[in-house]
Amino acid sequence: MNKRIKKILQQNEVYILIIIFALSLLIQFRSGQFYTPNNIVDILSAMVVPGMFAVGAFLVLLSGGIDVSFPALASLSAYAITKSLLDAEYSGNILVPILLAIVIGIILGSINGFFVGYLKLPALIVTLGTSSVFKGFMQGTLKSKQLAVIPSGMKKFGTSALATAENAKSGLTSVLPVAFLVLILVLIITFFVLRYTMFGRGIYAIGGNESAAYNAGFKVKRTKFLLYVFAGVIASVAGVIRVCMMQQAHPTNMLGMEMNIIAGVVLGGTSMVGGKGTLTGCMLGTLLIVLVENSLILIGVPVVWKKVFVGLLIVIGTAMSAYQVKRADKQRVKLTVDKEVA
Amino acid sequence: MKKTSFLKDKHVKRLVIIMVLWAVFMAITRFSKFYTVINFQTMFAQFPEFGLMSLGVMVCMITSGIDLSVVGVANTTAIASALLMRSIGGDTGTMAVFWIPILFLFAILIGTVAGALNGFLITTFDIPPILVTLGMGELFTGIGIVLTNGAAISDFPKDYAYVVNSRFAGIPVQFIIFALVAIVLAIILTKTTYGKKIMMIGTSQKAARFSGLKVNYLLIKTYIISGICAALGGMIMLANYNSARADYGTNYTLQSILIVVLGGVSPAGGRGKISGVILATILVRVLETGINRFPQISSYYISLIWGAVLLFVMVLDYFSENNIKLLKRK
Repeated sequence: MNKRIKKILQQNEVYILIIIFALSLLIQFRSGQFYTPNNIVDILSAMVVPGMFAVGAFLVLLSGGIDVSFPALASLSAYAITKSLLDAEYSGNILVPILLAIVIGIILGSINGFFVGYLKLPALIVTLGTSSVFKGFMQGTLKSKQLAVIPSGMKKFGTSALATAENAKSGLTSVLPVAFLVLILVLIITFFVLRYTMFGRGIYAIGGNESAAYNAGFKVKRTKFLLYVFAGVIASVAGVIRVCMMQQAHPTNMLGMEMNIIAGVVLGGTSMVGGKGTLTGCMLGTLLIVLVENSLILIGVPVVWKKVFVGLLIVIGTAMSAYQVKRADKQRVKLTVDKEVA
Repeated sequence: MKKTSFLKDKHVKRLVIIMVLWAVFMAITRFSKFYTVINFQTMFAQFPEFGLMSLGVMVCMITSGIDLSVVGVANTTAIASALLMRSIGGDTGTMAVFWIPILFLFAILIGTVAGALNGFLITTFDIPPILVTLGMGELFTGIGIVLTNGAAISDFPKDYAYVVNSRFAGIPVQFIIFALVAIVLAIILTKTTYGKKIMMIGTSQKAARFSGLKVNYLLIKTYIISGICAALGGMIMLANYNSARADYGTNYTLQSILIVVLGGVSPAGGRGKISGVILATILVRVLETGINRFPQISSYYISLIWGAVLLFVMVLDYFSENNIKLLKRK
């Protein structure tokens, strides 16, 4: 029993959950607006796009890499799809944009995958480079501008409601978009891939120790390549969904999201050196970042302080989880030493 | 040993070749618009702002770390200095010249504090540098926004910008500041043991620790150097724009990393030469100014070109390090 409690307390997810709960209580006390149906629904729908980005970033971090190109990739893909469908006067349903997003995601993701997987170049520098290339391609070659109109099928998908919630007191209603199901789908697929496929186990193995994974027979290069392709597909679909949900294509307003997303994933206990991390933790960390970004205004914190709080959260949160890892490692060393002595 | 020194030279040689090719190209196509004294004076006044930040990122990357907080530190320093000047001289008033060195000392102080915080968090808690400096960058940008309410500050005495924007014997003061910092840093890196020690940390932190180096102390020192470089870069931005704002120069983060990698510093640490980084800084500025002389090319292409150049250089390194010869395959 005692052991089990100790084990639970060593998990990062528990701490994040406690922090989220405390924050939600604080917001509830200060404003009385947190535990209202519409606020919960608002937060859930604010989670859709960051949540999908976080899954991609999480997978790459698991393998010991890092991907900072996903906002640029998503922007490029979403803009190209919206623009070309508008030009073609496309009026069908959401399937074609999603399929296109998957194709473009595969292409752009395989660029990252080629450089990182097959050429073994450092992931941070490669994705910084491709991020710059994607952005330049979108703004220079495609001459991107804000598109105020989007194809009707995408618009319909973005507005169709899975559930509506009304706040009895203020009369405000919030809509949970059908797009939320896409996030759930991505989570389910990722869960199964990570747990039941050789590809998923390979990601953990490579993140833990690359040469050991190679010696154990994992095809390291191919796994890495496919990983970046997979992450590219998730990001690309997320980009299209964001356009649907916002009812317009703004080419640059996704750029700059990468660091907060990665910070959220790391807050959730994913190790930056790879090999360690859970999908639950990844989602909880993202939820915490989304909460801080969206709900500070409810406690009466002025908007100008937002970045200070996010920065503090990243520094303190990562310091805490890094400190825990350090402590756990020390304990493990101590245990093995004790055993050897005995 | 011999192999690494050869590699370093090759990076510098490659940069020189690209620069000469570009200079010849500009001479053929846009001679009258590019080769003017004023154009070069402008370029040499502009590049120190991101050049200084790149020097900071360089020392961190040599230790196999990275500093993503440079832009945040630079902007906050610029804002704090602008506010200080305003309290000295009033909205439009004037300020005695002796305040300018004091302002620079103030900037160095801010940079030291920022760098020490970065270094402290990295060494004490074992947090990856990329996360610490990202969070600190966000935090500093946030402080800048709080100090200014998100707006630009431009109502401070003009004397500062006047002095820094002037030229000394035809050479822009900004460049003189950059050159001084670069010389000091070059001496630190090549003539003191510190330079060798951080190379060792970059090659293998564990080995460095076991061979008795005070790794934590050295790392904190490294991030302090980076913080000071960033703060001075911020002071130059303040002079060049004659105003300060929390979101100036946001693309300098990527650009400084690009410059450092282009200059032959290995992202894995342990290798790097200041001459390469300085050459790369100048090259990036010359390329951008050159491209701007062609009005038909959209300025948005610049980020595409930078990204492509970065990837290209990395691939070149890959092929040369693995001894793969593209042309001779028999």
